[in-house]
Amino acid sequence: MEDLIYAYWLANISGIGTKTIHQLYKYCGSAKAVWHLSGSELKKLYGITEEAAVRISRSKKGWDLDKEWDKLLARGISFVSLEQHSYPARLREIYDPPYGLYYLGHLPPDEAPAVGIVGGRACSPYGKEIAKRSGKCLAGNGVSVISGMARGIDGFGHEGALEGGGSTYAVLGCGVNVVYPPEHAGLYERILEKGGILSEYPPDMSPRPGFFPMRNRLIAGLCDLLLIIEAKEKSGSLITADYALEQGKDIYAAPGRITDPLSAGCNRLIRQGAGILLSPEELVGEMSFLSEKNKLPLEKSERLVYSCLDLLPKSMEKISEETALDIATLAEILFALEEKGLVQETWQNHYISVN
Amino acid sequence: MYSIVTTAILHGIDSLPVQVEADVSDGLPVFEMVGFLASEVREARERVRTALRNCGHQLPAKRITINLSPSNIKKSGNGFDLPITVAILMSLGILQEEAFRDTLVIGEIGLNGAILAVDGILPILLKARERGIRRCIVPKDNRREAALVKDIAIISVDHIKSVMDYANGAYTIEEEASPPSLEDVAEPLDFADVNGQGMLRRACEIAVSGMHNLLMIGPPGAGKTMIAKRIPGILPPMELSERMEVSKIYSVCGMLSACEGLVERRPFRAPHHTISPQGLSGGGVIPKPGEVSLAHRGVLFLDELPEFQKSTLEILRQPMEDKTITISRVNGSFTFPADFLLVCAMNPCKCGYFPDRTKCHCANTSIRKYLARISQPLLDRIDLCAEAQPVTYQELTGRVKGESSAQIRERVLMAHQIQKERFQEELWYFNSQIPVARLAEYCMLGKKETAYMERIYQKLQLSARAYHKIIKLSRTIADLAGSDRITTRHLSEAVCYRSLDKKYWEV
Repeated sequence: MEDLIYAYWLANISGIGTKTIHQLYKYCGSAKAVWHLSGSELKKLYGITEEAAVRISRSKKGWDLDKEWDKLLARGISFVSLEQHSYPARLREIYDPPYGLYYLGHLPPDEAPAVGIVGGRACSPYGKEIAKRSGKCLAGNGVSVISGMARGIDGFGHEGALEGGGSTYAVLGCGVNVVYPPEHAGLYERILEKGGILSEYPPDMSPRPGFFPMRNRLIAGLCDLLLIIEAKEKSGSLITADYALEQGKDIYAAPGRITDPLSAGCNRLIRQGAGILLSPEELVGEMSFLSEKNKLPLEKSERLVYSCLDLLPKSMEKISEETALDIATLAEILFALEEKGLVQETWQNHYISVN
Repeated sequence: MYSIVTTAILHGIDSLPVQVEADVSDGLPVFEMVGFLASEVREARERVRTALRNCGHQLPAKRITINLSPSNIKKSGNGFDLPITVAILMSLGILQEEAFRDTLVIGEIGLNGAILAVDGILPILLKARERGIRRCIVPKDNRREAALVKDIAIISVDHIKSVMDYANGAYTIEEEASPPSLEDVAEPLDFADVNGQGMLRRACEIAVSGMHNLLMIGPPGAGKTMIAKRIPGILPPMELSERMEVSKIYSVCGMLSACEGLVERRPFRAPHHTISPQGLSGGGVIPKPGEVSLAHRGVLFLDELPEFQKSTLEILRQPMEDKTITISRVNGSFTFPADFLLVCAMNPCKCGYFPDRTKCHCANTSIRKYLARISQPLLDRIDLCAEAQPVTYQELTGRVKGESSAQIRERVLMAHQIQKERFQEELWYFNSQIPVARLAEYCMLGKKETAYMERIYQKLQLSARAYHKIIKLSRTIADLAGSDRITTRHLSEAVCYRSLDKKYWEV
């Protein structure tokens, strides 16, 4: 908890960007260590400008660690930094993860698969329907639905997820306590009940145009697969798609008519090799295939066994050899995997992986 | 003049006393033999007559009557020649009666008067000692075997002349070298020679520890036979009483002379699959022990199990339940011990490579047919089933030796000791023999384990019998681990070795 107090300070120094924070974090290892650095020490650090060093030193004076933290807590806002284990694992892996994350409700769980649904603000009834259906179907199958709570597709994605009874998470381009767009106030409340609102921007921060592309990077970062519905040729959704590509995520696009400008971006993505959404159900099927090998909540040993299986029956003896596990342990693991429906015994002591 | 000599006849692996009476009187010269004789005994007349003449004792022109009593037992075997000769010589006054009082005489005679070995000396002498006989005249070739029986004086003879010498007091009893002690008996086949086959080795260890019958399935050339031959070597050494039991059986079959003294190593019998039911069970007019009895206290290995005649395999059912086999013939019922560990080996299909479909091209129906050749009742009595893996080149040429038989045997001994203590007040000795009704008492499962087992039961759709087998197996596995409680770990290992259930046979 103590670390959090310092982390909160580090994330809130005015005029210091993500890059500088990363530099500091890299050199010092923790926010607490940064706090205890003297002004002259700060200046010596490579990549820290004099100006930044001054800002940091100055910010320390006006910042009462405990008081500021209590203030944040009093508003019911949670904060997590890269230093904490609870920081979303997916986000940790992207190129420039935000040092601090503010959130209301809770963070998307690492073990459940996550799909981002993004698309244009102006959407047709077709897009609306697809977004809703996809959200519903995915959430109903235990997938976390991530989006930006924007007008249009984003909002409908959330709506669908809520309808499906699953959890959904909105990443905002403003403070987590700022409802933007205002007409989504109702949706905002409902998302909070079932999932969470996240942002890298401090509370009360109002939305700015420059924030949204950065927000899109978080949406892409938080999901395993990005689904794009009704994106125009030049749109923010395609920026999200670019980020997702960079981060190595799978991209699916909902096809539209070729004459429809609203779907032109999606169709182009498909042409470029994105997955095509034929139905949300099919996507769920493919999801489980994509995610099973590394996203399932398996223990280390289970994963070890599971990863050496394929569709050719393999004898326990062979598996034991490959995993260096003894037969008794292996038998227990295989039984556990079989109960989870991941492997199948095709002949006595011969196993294949299924799904 | 009348005379009487004591001898004995084999009866199963026991023996019965037989008295040979001779009477030489005036009358028409005739050599008459009576007493329910088999033809080989009837032929003794010519052998005795000729042998005596060749030794310088022409039979006088008198009426000679020989009676073998009791007359309700069929007399068979080759051991009557010598007692008949002795009885005649006594009647003729050539031999003194005192020399043969309370003395058992047995042996076959050649035409030149040489005395030849007979089968079953060991059980005959053991029985004779019980009856209070303290002296025994046996063929010289049987003297090693005879020397195994203590507290009885052995006079070994190789010619009629030496019998005469004995009667005249000119015989000295030689001391026989005592049989080699147990420590000298090294197992020639060691598990260290087996490369790879981790699961199968472990299965053998479990099988031996709890005396569970074992079925090995695997492709040809994987080393099933090689492993089976090494199983007797990981069984604990035989105790003296066990060695005596086994030696008796081997003696009856005339197989003891081949070894020195008692049978020291646990038997390993591997009858060919063309064996007849009688060959397996034992048979003959006067039944001799079959393979099941020759494997007593050892291992009976049936290679190519599906190739055996179904009727032959059915024979195994009684000995596997009762540890004995009873054969009824005209001459009575004979019970032979047959307490063996059954080890079977088979290919999974005709070509032998199933379930490796890259090599096995058998049609599903042909695989089904192949597997269906094994009778379910036999499978029901096999607790353990393990697969032999094809040997990889690395394993074949591997320099790393596997565990040696001695190391495995140590663990087996420990497991046997645990079972001995556990079952000291019961009628059985091993986990595999726990009756179903007592399973709950000896193989208690905790709450967690019960829940685990229930899930396995549902998943595998086990039968009650299969379930019981798994529980017994896990008891043995727990014993091997030195654990009092059966844990899920033990259970799950036991599940891997469960015998093939029919579900999988529906290829």
